[in-house]
Amino acid sequence: MANKKIDEPTGIETVGHEWDGIEELNNPLPRWWVLTTYLTIIFSIGYVMVYPAIPLLNKGTEGLWGWSSRGQLAEEMAEGTAKRKAATDAIAAVSLEALVKDDKLMPLAVAGGSAAFKQNCVQCHGSGAAGGIGYPNLKDDDWLWGGTIADIHTTLEHGIRAADDPATRTSLMPSFGKDGVLTPAQVSDTAAYVLSLSGKHPNDAAAQRGATNFAANCVACHGTDGKGLRAFGAPNLTDAVWLYGGKPEQVTASINKAHAGVMPAWSKKLDAVTIKMLAAYVYSLGGGEETVSAPAAPASGTGNAKP
Amino acid sequence: MQSPDQIPTSLYAKREPVYPKAVDGRFRRFKWAVMILTLGIYYITPWLRWDRGPYAPNQAVLVDLAHRRFFMFGIEIWPQEFYFVAGLLIMAGIGLFLITSAVGRAWCGYACPQTVWTDLFQHVDRLVDGDRNAQMRLDAAPWGPHKLFKRGLKWSIYLFISFWTGGAWIMYFADAPTLTVDFWTGQAAPVAYATVAVLTATTFVLGGFMREQVCVYMCPWPRIQTAMLDEKSLIVTYKDWRGEKRGSVKAAAKDPEIGDCIDCNGCVNVCPTGYDIRNGPDIRCITCALCIDECDKVMAAIGRPRGLIDYATLEDCEAERKGGEPRPISKALFHTRTLIYTGIWAAIGFALLFALGTRDRIDIKVQKDRNPPYTVQSSGEIRNDYTVKLLNMQSRPRQMQVSLDGLPGGKFWTSEMPRDKAARALTLTVPADQVQPLRLYVVAPDGTERQEFTINLKALDGDGEADHSTVHFDAPGNDDETGESE
Repeated sequence: MANKKIDEPTGIETVGHEWDGIEELNNPLPRWWVLTTYLTIIFSIGYVMVYPAIPLLNKGTEGLWGWSSRGQLAEEMAEGTAKRKAATDAIAAVSLEALVKDDKLMPLAVAGGSAAFKQNCVQCHGSGAAGGIGYPNLKDDDWLWGGTIADIHTTLEHGIRAADDPATRTSLMPSFGKDGVLTPAQVSDTAAYVLSLSGKHPNDAAAQRGATNFAANCVACHGTDGKGLRAFGAPNLTDAVWLYGGKPEQVTASINKAHAGVMPAWSKKLDAVTIKMLAAYVYSLGGGEETVSAPAAPASGTGNAKP
Repeated sequence: MQSPDQIPTSLYAKREPVYPKAVDGRFRRFKWAVMILTLGIYYITPWLRWDRGPYAPNQAVLVDLAHRRFFMFGIEIWPQEFYFVAGLLIMAGIGLFLITSAVGRAWCGYACPQTVWTDLFQHVDRLVDGDRNAQMRLDAAPWGPHKLFKRGLKWSIYLFISFWTGGAWIMYFADAPTLTVDFWTGQAAPVAYATVAVLTATTFVLGGFMREQVCVYMCPWPRIQTAMLDEKSLIVTYKDWRGEKRGSVKAAAKDPEIGDCIDCNGCVNVCPTGYDIRNGPDIRCITCALCIDECDKVMAAIGRPRGLIDYATLEDCEAERKGGEPRPISKALFHTRTLIYTGIWAAIGFALLFALGTRDRIDIKVQKDRNPPYTVQSSGEIRNDYTVKLLNMQSRPRQMQVSLDGLPGGKFWTSEMPRDKAARALTLTVPADQVQPLRLYVVAPDGTERQEFTINLKALDGDGEADHSTVHFDAPGNDDETGESE
């Protein structure tokens, strides 16, 4: 090192270069620093070997450990299922009525049902379960086919007017106007009467004329008082909830050309526990009806609980 | 051979080992005191007990991550009160600024964990290998049974200390006696073992081997501090106008040019980072002042006044260089910057204390369901659903009442109070230290318009603590038919 040059103020050797009079002091990096860099290079070689790394023509190298993000997802999904197994097994084992009263299982069932609802039900019933015209609101206390948890469960299992399930809930309202059973004037009068049941139309001459038509054609399903019949899924016409709209023209349209909504039989697509959890979720939305006079304990998990 | 344009030396240098000599003196004793205090706080704190009754843990300081509670003696902090911790961190930051502007890098010199553990490990070196000269001899000696034994012993002690360091850390996050038993019986959570392993490894490497290199190459704090020091900050300084030029006592008798420094290298030998303070302030100087102790001892031995190396501000140095008297350290502590920092620091402290004294221990949080905004019941009544959280932040179960204010004709039911018993108030017991979730189904008569109303929460156990939340009640507008369905 014959050309050693010492910087006067600091007493530190320079690296020997000079750029337009500017010189650089030689403050060497510690050796372990550069060794760390070499270590990372060695690590990267191992990493490239064991993990998928190098893109080739059709696909990348797979790596010695065979790791893939899809494989990891499958593993994590299986882990999740295994974690839930204790809860789902317990839910499968209790009766619907006991589930509702179980402070520990019910929240789990509602949470599971909520997740399944978002995958399978929101397309028609909406993400908030509030439905829409033609698609029932599941939050209110008005139920076409019954609102106890057992009723809801049956509806979920077998669907409504589901072609592929012989046990499905089914009924058919005639299209009174379209099929010529009633004249347009009679349809209009009947609509007036139906609306007068809930006070939305005055009890005038038209409504009184409609009452006659109603007695002749509608009472079989909707009842003499218009309160409907759940066995047929015939809606209560005296309340504030209207599946196909409660305006005069909407009610007239429903009498002219009847609606027949369809819900799939979910037992064809979902497993029994998921359906049970869905029933719990729908039941929990605020309109679920208590099971009346049901023997609480001795039911011992039979009935609708097991498909 | 080499032309001047060629790089004459390597870009990478091997670490120069540091063998600090044992020293005694007032700063060394202060350093001992700080070490005992800080290590004592660190190792003992998790074992302190604090009675909080049957519903809360009895560990004085506990960061309960699993239940999201932070206990510190009589204070319990919930996650939403984390601003207290943020406030403490800000105070710690300002406190560092304050300390730095008043007494320079005192944090680095005495209290920094890296300094404390490095110091501890250097004591282990002296215990096993002997003082500076013995350490140097052993390092240079070839590997044999003797050196193997010494190294094995020393590194085992390193490892033992490191393990206790890592082990003490996890005690802050769970009940210490329970966790200790769980830890040794293999019952503790994997994260506990992983944390201990990582902290053991970092303590072993950083304290045992990296030492001053952490300060010189890795730590950002010396850089920040360098920017914060000014001519009024205390630093450890070699008074070159007094010491230069260097020469022996004998030479000084002949040559009046020779100053007080006898070039004994004592200051360099005791330096834990191996720096020569006579080269001026540097990032390597953590201002631990051990060189002051050593130099004072030497000055006393040769009958010259102490303080050739001393704590001083650059301003005072200038004055002294021109013939002024050395100014006592206490006078350097108070200047505008330290006063401003003290003011800010104390203001935040008082604000935190005030907030702590006046904070609520019950709380109601209401979230309205917006999808759908409302549901029409078959009776025509309008229903809005709310998710309510009742917070009881005390370590005892409390009777509380939830009630409605406003919303004429409105009433509610919950999962605890069936629909047919809907009312305007509900009394319930909220468990100690818990959040009680509640689904509130509020119904109001047909024709109710969109409006605001209040949900009140009141503690019924005498001290009248209360909270409320004002929320919206949504109702159908003029086009009320469109959203209805069965």
